[in-house]
Amino acid sequence: MPEGLATTHDEHAAHSALQHHFENMEQQREAGTLGMWVFLVTEIMFFGGMFLAYTLYRYKYPGAFAAASNHLDIKLGAINTVVLIVSSFTMAMAVFTTQVGRRKASIIYLIATMVLGLAFLGIKAVEYREKYHDSLIPGQLIPGRPFNPEVAKHGDTDPKKLHLPEGVSVRHVEMFYWIYFAMTGMHALHMIIGEGIMLVILIMAVRRRFSPEYHAPVEITGLYWHFVDIVWIFLFPLLYLLGRHMEGHM
Amino acid sequence: MSEHIVYPRVYIAIFFVLMVGTVLTVLAAFQDFPGPLNAVVALTIAVIKATFVVLYFMHVRYSGRLVWLVIASALFWLAIMFALTISDYSSRSWMPI
Repeated sequence: MPEGLATTHDEHAAHSALQHHFENMEQQREAGTLGMWVFLVTEIMFFGGMFLAYTLYRYKYPGAFAAASNHLDIKLGAINTVVLIVSSFTMAMAVFTTQVGRRKASIIYLIATMVLGLAFLGIKAVEYREKYHDSLIPGQLIPGRPFNPEVAKHGDTDPKKLHLPEGVSVRHVEMFYWIYFAMTGMHALHMIIGEGIMLVILIMAVRRRFSPEYHAPVEITGLYWHFVDIVWIFLFPLLYLLGRHMEGHM
Repeated sequence: MSEHIVYPRVYIAIFFVLMVGTVLTVLAAFQDFPGPLNAVVALTIAVIKATFVVLYFMHVRYSGRLVWLVIASALFWLAIMFALTISDYSSRSWMPI
């Protein structure tokens, strides 16, 4: 078809959000979704590398990893898992309400998702603070506060201290904490970036930029948010739960 | 292929599946299963939860083949990275160097 003829747009008047290099809104939306998935592939490989490092070191130091994992706060970890799942639900509802043109509801769901994301980050900060107090930040990440946790002696049941099985080195516990902070830190960074994206989307929604015909940005933000949720779905059991069944033997 | 709208009752159902999965994974973690079964159970539940999120929250069940292909390629290359690296590390002790 010769260029310049708008015959492809003649069924509906072209939507103002339609970019000139797309035939119609549907093609534009699908291209955007596919592009987001390609980006998420790079994210899967990025987090995959860290999951691989976790796998190798856990295989190498099983006792130290179980002991270090048991020292994490399982309650805060579980609460954060629930918070993220609820936030994924509210995000999905934000996409739905935008798709059917319920703007006010979609704004409420977007705000709810942001608040839940902030709650997650707040709980994460409480956990990081506890690790700081127990001198569990690995290496010299915090100047003047090297990794130096109090190790419980035999018969000492103080839960604040680190309980190590026979023959386990505290250096290998430190390895667990390197991986713990790398993975939860990168995850938290993704949450912070997600909050920023969500704020832009929220402002666009308030300015009536979205409609049942045009809502790809909300959908793509949803894909990102759900991906970050999936990373946590794997992090929670691997970091917080892996040694719980061995607690009796330690 | 026109856009498929997923309705709230589906999202609510998936939400409950994810909640049940979370409770199950915590309960299972405190059971002492033989051998590496604890890790197997935890990862199985995590994979099931992730699959529900991908299929329904992320609409992949209703997406075109290109999206499926992109996701399959990600899992394929992830499997290569894990398989080759783990086969290296786990076989190093076989030969004295």
